[in-house]
Amino acid sequence: MSEGRKVRAIVSAASRPGLPRHVKLRHDAARGSWTILAPERVFTPDAIAVAVLKLCDATRTVEDIAQELSGTYNAPPDRIRADITAMLQELADKGVVQV
Amino acid sequence: MSVEAAVSAQSAACLKAPVGLLAELTHRCPLQCPYCSNPLALEGVAGELSTEAWLDVLAQAAELGVLQLHLSGGEPTVRRDLEDIVAQAAKVGLYSNLITAAVLLTRERLERLAAHGLDHVQISLQDTQAANADRIAHYQNGHARKLEAAGWVRALGLPLTLNAPIHRQNISSLAQFIDLAERLGAQRLEVAHVQYYGWALRNRAALMPTREQVLRSAELVARARARLKGILVIDFVVPDYYARRPKPCMGGWGRGIINITPSGKVLPCHAAETLPGLAFDNVRDRPLRDIWLGSQAFQKYRGTDWMREPCRSCEFREQDWGGCRCQAFAFTGAADLADPACNKSSFHNAFADVARQEAASEAPAFVFRSPRAAAR
Ligand code: SF4
Ligand code: SF4
Repeated sequence: MSEGRKVRAIVSAASRPGLPRHVKLRHDAARGSWTILAPERVFTPDAIAVAVLKLCDATRTVEDIAQELSGTYNAPPDRIRADITAMLQELADKGVVQV
Repeated sequence: MSVEAAVSAQSAACLKAPVGLLAELTHRCPLQCPYCSNPLALEGVAGELSTEAWLDVLAQAAELGVLQLHLSGGEPTVRRDLEDIVAQAAKVGLYSNLITAAVLLTRERLERLAAHGLDHVQISLQDTQAANADRIAHYQNGHARKLEAAGWVRALGLPLTLNAPIHRQNISSLAQFIDLAERLGAQRLEVAHVQYYGWALRNRAALMPTREQVLRSAELVARARARLKGILVIDFVVPDYYARRPKPCMGGWGRGIINITPSGKVLPCHAAETLPGLAFDNVRDRPLRDIWLGSQAFQKYRGTDWMREPCRSCEFREQDWGGCRCQAFAFTGAADLADPACNKSSFHNAFADVARQEAASEAPAFVFRSPRAAAR
């Protein structure tokens, strides 16, 4: 009974999301797609989620990621920021991303 | 081991390749849980696959497209070559999950396994009260050791799942299970109502909860999930005796999961050996890919061609795949009928009645899992 109780992590523009050690983003050669491997879970992220997750290095902030991707996807940073914040919150709640 | 580990490796990204491999490394286990999903006829140590054979199987599995490896049993840590097996999983790119009763683990062994690339540890608990937990496992001081091992898992920074097999003799501890998972810092809790195969079927009357207890457990889990969002993932496996529709057993026969027994037999499901007329191939004789694609046992109930009514024309046939073949056979005598958990099955009412009657009667004594008890 080593640790204190955890609290829910809330994703904001200043968060620096990263993948926990036990979560693996992997290109799956047999199926020709990307997969996220987590305890008892296999997720197949879409192309945008993959682009976001590849930038989740625990150094970049959500804001940085939004700026970078707004160039790639030619969309306003505000919208991208809102979209990826919601997506990362969902992934954080599933334990796939840590902030 | 628990059934749910295999079942929950869901969402096959592609139907052509299996997602999960359930490797039953051994049937040996110091515990004697009366709900164990191992077959009554336990395989002995003499027939177990060698280290080399397992290493080769893992390489073949990765090649075939398997993503997750569940190291199970029996108790997988009785194998002294577990480190080599874990290292091979890491090398060939399989996500490794150790499903353990944890009473044999030491901190040093866990450290070694982590260093060899182990990704995740799942520890099963029989109850939250030590005396009752040890009584159910038929093993002294097991509970205390499990808690200690869970602490080491977290201290080493490995993700931890607690597995709580639920039945009438521990269902009153459900809230405490959730609390314990939270206090231990587990990422995930599996609240798994016992599924009635193998030893559990033998002990069904001693394990079956009432319908009211099951409903209450579902409500409790729903409330805890809302409260613990982002803190603890809770998976809930419902017992199908009180269900209206069956579960897609193993995500569908031969669709996503491969089960390999200690002696190398390749099964579509851990209970498949209870079915008549199936021929199982062995990894000693045939490449895993050939077995997956062409083995008689995998082909027999794959897809929907084998179905009879009511499944054949049912709108859900590609959702639940007719439920569980083993449960259909055990209860109806025919493996190609609908799972009796389905309310379209003509056996459904009788099925639900069995549960109601057993749950209302006094629980008989457990038949603890052991090679000796099976003979009786
Ligand atoms: S006896 Fe208990 S601990 Fe051992 S394999 Fe069976 S369920 Fe798991
Ligand atoms: S009839 Fe068969 S396919 Fe339809 S819901 Fe029942 S078990 Fe599933």
